[in-house]
Amino acid sequence: MNLISKSAYINMGYFQPFPFLCLSERDDNMEKSKQRPEPMQALTLYKHSRCLYFQEEEKLIKKELASLKEQVASPNTTMRQMKEIMVRAIYCEMLGYQASFSYIHAIKLAQQGSVLEKRVGYLAVSLFLKETDEFLLLLVNTVLKDLQSTNLIEVCMALTVVSQMFPKDMIPAILPVVEEKLTHPKEIIRRKAVLALYKFYLIAPNQVQHIHSKFRKALCDKDPGVMTASLHIYLQLIKESPESYKDLTGSMVTILRQVVGGKLPLDFNYHSVPAPWLQIQLLRILAYLGKEDQGTSEVMYDVLEESLRRAEMNHNITYAILYECVKTIYTVHPKSQLLEKAAECIGNFVLSPKINLKYLGLKALTYVVQQDANLALPHQITIIECLDHSDVIIKRETLELLFRITNAQNVTVIVEKMLEFLRLTSDDYSTIDLVGKVAELTMNSVFSLGGDVMQPDIPNNFLRLLAEGVDSVEDRQLRLFAVDSYVSLLQGETAKLPQRFLQVISWVLGEYSYLREEDSDPGSVMRLLARLLDQRHTSTETRSWVLGAMTKLCSSPVSVALARDVCERYLSWAKSVWANIPLCVTFEILVDSSLSFLDGYVSEALAAGAAPYKSPHQRQEELVQEKALSLEPYGLSLPVSLSSCSITDRLTDRQSPTLLSMSSGLSGNSTELSHKEGSTALKLDGVKRVWGKDGYLAQQQSAGETPIPQVELPSPLLSPQSPPSQTQKPSSGPEPDQEKRQLASSLFVGLGSHNSVCLVRLPSTVCSVSIADQSNVFKALFKPFYINSCRSALHNLLDTTTVASEGGAATTTLQQTSQRTLDHTTSNGSPHVEGTEQRVEAGGPLSLIRGNDLHPAPALERPRDLPLTSHLPAELSGLARSELTTLCSDHDPSLALSACRVYKEDALVLLVFISNNTDSTLHQMALQLTCKELEVYFSDWPLTVSTGDYGKMWLSFSHDLKQNLRLVTTEHQEPLTATLDALKGKLHLHIVDVIGSEGIVACRLLQGQGQGQPCLLHCRVHADSLAVWLRSPVPELPDSLLYHCQKALTET
Amino acid sequence: MMHFLLLFSRQGKLRLQKWFTPVPEREKKKIVRDMTTMVLGRKPRSCNFLHWKDLKIVYKKYASLYFCCGLDAEENELLALEVLHRYVELLDKYFGNVCELDIIFNFEKAYFILDEFLLGGEVQETSKQVLSRSIEASDMLQEAEIDNSDYDLELGWP
Repeated sequence: MNLISKSAYINMGYFQPFPFLCLSERDDNMEKSKQRPEPMQALTLYKHSRCLYFQEEEKLIKKELASLKEQVASPNTTMRQMKEIMVRAIYCEMLGYQASFSYIHAIKLAQQGSVLEKRVGYLAVSLFLKETDEFLLLLVNTVLKDLQSTNLIEVCMALTVVSQMFPKDMIPAILPVVEEKLTHPKEIIRRKAVLALYKFYLIAPNQVQHIHSKFRKALCDKDPGVMTASLHIYLQLIKESPESYKDLTGSMVTILRQVVGGKLPLDFNYHSVPAPWLQIQLLRILAYLGKEDQGTSEVMYDVLEESLRRAEMNHNITYAILYECVKTIYTVHPKSQLLEKAAECIGNFVLSPKINLKYLGLKALTYVVQQDANLALPHQITIIECLDHSDVIIKRETLELLFRITNAQNVTVIVEKMLEFLRLTSDDYSTIDLVGKVAELTMNSVFSLGGDVMQPDIPNNFLRLLAEGVDSVEDRQLRLFAVDSYVSLLQGETAKLPQRFLQVISWVLGEYSYLREEDSDPGSVMRLLARLLDQRHTSTETRSWVLGAMTKLCSSPVSVALARDVCERYLSWAKSVWANIPLCVTFEILVDSSLSFLDGYVSEALAAGAAPYKSPHQRQEELVQEKALSLEPYGLSLPVSLSSCSITDRLTDRQSPTLLSMSSGLSGNSTELSHKEGSTALKLDGVKRVWGKDGYLAQQQSAGETPIPQVELPSPLLSPQSPPSQTQKPSSGPEPDQEKRQLASSLFVGLGSHNSVCLVRLPSTVCSVSIADQSNVFKALFKPFYINSCRSALHNLLDTTTVASEGGAATTTLQQTSQRTLDHTTSNGSPHVEGTEQRVEAGGPLSLIRGNDLHPAPALERPRDLPLTSHLPAELSGLARSELTTLCSDHDPSLALSACRVYKEDALVLLVFISNNTDSTLHQMALQLTCKELEVYFSDWPLTVSTGDYGKMWLSFSHDLKQNLRLVTTEHQEPLTATLDALKGKLHLHIVDVIGSEGIVACRLLQGQGQGQPCLLHCRVHADSLAVWLRSPVPELPDSLLYHCQKALTET
Repeated sequence: MMHFLLLFSRQGKLRLQKWFTPVPEREKKKIVRDMTTMVLGRKPRSCNFLHWKDLKIVYKKYASLYFCCGLDAEENELLALEVLHRYVELLDKYFGNVCELDIIFNFEKAYFILDEFLLGGEVQETSKQVLSRSIEASDMLQEAEIDNSDYDLELGWP
């Protein structure tokens, strides 16, 4: 045995001698004169850890084990040596090598060794053996002896080993002794005894039933440690039957109050938080006690509130308590005040930059949205960010959360997200399992809610999900789960189920019913399907799906008999369908081998992401290669061929992806069906597109559906009609942000409509708007955006104020309002507005100040004949500017006041010139600017674009506005050019191109919310007016710009 | 309840394992393998919580060693992180500036400390003082035994 020094290991780089804790993490930085205990005697053993190669390690360990085996067998081995051997054996086992020869010796060591050797013996036993090991029976007597020992350490060791693993059948043998220990004078013994009994309770609850009264005594133990230990038992008991322990509520509340109030000895503090483990245990117990019990819950409200209040330190442990507290508050009978505070708490978690807290925040949200889906609304942006989080765990939790808020309106987007996630993590079987189930459940609830209005690719996606993947156990489980749930659905009332859902059900049953092979009655599924066929409300299309499923099921004799029966009946039905189809048309189509009439549909399907058609031959090849299931029945909805009704099937199936539940009658509609089929292209115009691909359509849709009452808004920029979700957030790039917004709108659509008050504290002004107006879905839905919009108003106010004459009153108050909104938001501290916050600080009151800064520049004494403009500050002189307007010059002849706007690259500067018209020097001057006369001004800045770019941008913008404007007529110019020039002069627009009687103009927003956002104008001379069509990605911009255009034109 | 606690190095070498519920040997091996691949595959600064089957996995890296535990689904993850931290603190107090080496060389001590701290998968005692006193008591016992004297065991106890 060659000894290798410690330094050798360090140099090997296998482990680093870095301490786990840095100094700041330690409570006691003082005692750091490190005295490492002498290295263990069996140093050689550790040579193993430096083995570079597995073989080398294996060889070494095998050798070691052989030598150990030899030693244990030797009669000369002393107990002390045996202890040494045990330690080595433990090490070998940890490395994954069997050292079973040492088990019996471990027991022997525990039986016969001195206290210290016994300790190692017990340790080895607890590491080596399992509860079922027969060896353990040999230990019972030793344990019993040690339990009765007068040596405390022996008692402790025995209690430790019994609470770690003890054969169930042997519990009665030692139970009385352990029970006895409940009254032991030493608290450590009582504590261990309580925990041992807890363990017994877990493995054999009926054996400890008679000592429940003793548990109560432990609960009242004077030592908090024993009391804490007894709570483990109580948590378990209360979880199982909360009713029988309601009387404990008072005591639990009292204990918690004392703990929270810091009444426990300082020993129990953990990072200066009083007994956090105890607190959390109590909170958990209270949750079980107060669940669905108003009376009990009322007892605990105060203490819950206190726990929430007290846990304010910025440490993980306080967050742990907060999290538990929030969970309890949401579990017990609700109290609105507490819920409000808890919701705020969740908000802090979700918004936290710490990833662990974010995760818990999402989890807490997942938990609470089941009670009130609106709670997710304030966190939309965060949730969407989490959806794209680099950490899979966060992603998964977010999906879980979305799953809880799924409704008929947002299901497409959520399912899409889930499938996306699934595709990325296909290797993680548990994830597949989970997401599959999630999708499954979503499908069931949502199919039954809105199956018929859904886009057909959703069920197809779902079926693909079911069918994809190899035949792993998880996939089978998922399919079986689907089959089982569908069978039970069919056994119930089917009349209300949407047709599309029935189709999905029949496909799944047809494909995977074989998984229920343990089912004694193979005909049951068949009968259910047959029943479905017989029902009047089942549509033709669905019937063909059902028949398709039935053909697949014809494997057992019972099924065949049933199928024959069905065939006979439905042959006539099929005939009647046939009879109704104009034969010539049908056959024409059937012989049309190029299937040209389907081109429209095919291209659409391809655009929607469907796989291109592959010939059966091709498919067969692929199948062989991939060993995967065939996908085509659901991919392009090609039917499984049916012997008797294949043609009908074909017809109806091709229809299905585009026409939503078009045929509901029996054969009456088949004529129509065939007409449609006969036409060369499928008509999509009539089909109501409820859902767009990105969900945006849906939002528009619901915006149209929901009457939005006029809300008084603190800004002219915010028109209530425009969906606030489209407002741009300035802090990040416009493109991804827009996406997020759209995603948010599609994910959270339909959530705010339950008329419930949002519990998260939001800026009071905003809240009052939304609460006062509950039917206003969008205010509730898009609070964050609303805030942003307010801020944009503020920006514009601050940055683009101009003086006088342009009218507009009451702006000051508006400004204040926005300012207040802003402040509130700031204190609310939501991260997605942080960017803006800074901007407000930096660029907020700037322009006014800038104005002040500038006006010393124009000297007060100067030759009158020089134009004022020559006094422009150098950095502004080269820039475009508006004409100089004289302000209040007539008021005092000695002083002239004029102003102009200078368009800087990033700001609009307001210059105020004050000129002294007299010859004498002015020594003092008071300048007062009253904000009353200030007005919001949309600063438009030329956007240099080419005609081509213009065209592209035009198509991508969604907010448009059309209006006729007055034409400006001058003698020497075309009316169009004149008008555009006037606009250019006044508003500083950029004329991109003028072609004939049409002109295109562009501009962009200079600053504020949506900075840099363009607005495009298309002008056409129409009779004697100018028809202007404005488009912009920002909803308010066209409106506002139009207003300014109108004003500018009236003025000329 | 905690189901298991594993300590492993950056190379995936197991340094300590504690199973609080009966787990078949094969399953143990699978769990250890899964845990090391899962945890070692995590990027720095990502979330400390994972899912594994129906268990919740909470892990934390201390210098070169990963502390990883599996919990029931309803357990509080943050609290579990603190359990791990308290264990590290206890090891640190015992060994002084504890590092991976201490655990390799004295792993049975690490087990004894763990047994005083957690019992049957539940936190038994949280007070650092009380815990270190009971651990010290056992160590004094060791010295006493070396002296071969009749050591009054009551003395070392709190």
